[in-house]
Amino acid sequence: MKFLKDNAPIAADILAVATAVFMALSAWMVFNYAPMEEVMGWPQKIFYFHVPLAIMCYVGFLFTFIGSIGFLWKKDFVWDRVAVCGAETGVVFTILVLATGMFWGKPIWGAYWTWDPRLTTSLILLIIFSGYLILRSRVEDETLRAKYAAVMGIVGYADVPLVHYSVKLWSRGIHPVLEKKAGDPGMHPDMYMALKVCFVTFVLLFFLVFIQRLRLETLKDDVERLKTQR
Amino acid sequence: MGNSKAGLSFTHGVWAIVTKDLAMELRGKEILTTTLMFALLTLVIFNFAMDLTSLTVKDIAAGALWVAFLFSGSLSMNRSFLYEKEEGCLSALMLAPLDRSAIYFGKMIANLIFTLTAMVVIIPVFTVMYNVNVMESFILQSLALFMGALGFNAVGTLISAVSVNLRAREMMGPLLLLPVVAPALIAAVKISGGLIRGEPLEELTAWFQILAAFDVIYLALAWILFEHIIEE
Repeated sequence: MKFLKDNAPIAADILAVATAVFMALSAWMVFNYAPMEEVMGWPQKIFYFHVPLAIMCYVGFLFTFIGSIGFLWKKDFVWDRVAVCGAETGVVFTILVLATGMFWGKPIWGAYWTWDPRLTTSLILLIIFSGYLILRSRVEDETLRAKYAAVMGIVGYADVPLVHYSVKLWSRGIHPVLEKKAGDPGMHPDMYMALKVCFVTFVLLFFLVFIQRLRLETLKDDVERLKTQR
Repeated sequence: MGNSKAGLSFTHGVWAIVTKDLAMELRGKEILTTTLMFALLTLVIFNFAMDLTSLTVKDIAAGALWVAFLFSGSLSMNRSFLYEKEEGCLSALMLAPLDRSAIYFGKMIANLIFTLTAMVVIIPVFTVMYNVNVMESFILQSLALFMGALGFNAVGTLISAVSVNLRAREMMGPLLLLPVVAPALIAAVKISGGLIRGEPLEELTAWFQILAAFDVIYLALAWILFEHIIEE
């Protein structure tokens, strides 16, 4: 643990540089390397940012779930920090997913919003995990806060498959789905390459935000401890 | 969990808490009167907001009913642990030689009985007011109402045990509860609506499965998680 803590600033710096390099590379690949989609044209470019963001927001909520279980099991505040940072990063990424989706939806679907299964699922998860974050701000005692938040984190994450299946059954949906077969990604190879680079970029960005947030949370705890010692 | 052997058996403990809550409700009648009035009020407001004519009522009836149950239920759910907390009753319950999860199941069953009672009163009123027979297929509709109420109370009782400890708890309870019950609400509205419109059962089985999954998952989770909430 101490090794991780001592080397966190260096790790964060390396991640920051790598994210910046990959972000520039992604932007170049999306606009210059990947071919223009024939039907959709420019709006299709959002897809390269939208899909990786959508995957990473689920990773954020998964961290909340793991952190919540970890805290209730081990009663160690490290787990609680993992949970809150996962939720915050997940919420920010979900907002970005919905925003990029809306900018794409307006020219393609003719509306910013439809009650499509994927949109609805993301929105419900956004509300659940925003509630989780609001809950945290409503408890003073840090042990109780961690405990209540952990229960809510597990209850919220258990809802993910239920929301997913019920909403999918509820409406057929018009959201495009990639038809992937073995050896055929369902798109132009150059597009697929650009998507893969974008995916790496957003994995890096996710962990950069996550680790910086985790460091901040650790520092806050240190400050609190020093205050009470004096 | 091992301390249950020394004291009451699990079912005895659950039953003691259920009867305690019911006795308290019979004396005060706070939860049921408020729930019923609120549910009735929701239906009246729906009438103004949605213009329920005889043509559209079959499509909207299930939604209006479940929203009424959900909103009135989430209000009364807040009260459930407030009584225990205000009078220091929860500490006494924790001192009792009783499995912690028995407290949860006792409170949950009491809440479930309140919800079901509200349904038994509201549905005939709804049937008369909007001239639509909700209980056309009696057994399946009863099953749907019970399963929906069970899922709602299973997760609601757990969340109200959390929200009672928060600042601005009256607002936090529904805020945390309503998005989580979204899948159960969708399934319940689909089943009830389908039964009112006379859809074949095959089209509703998938919804019954989702509702059953919701009930089982949250009862199991609450059973595991509840003792973490109330331990001091």
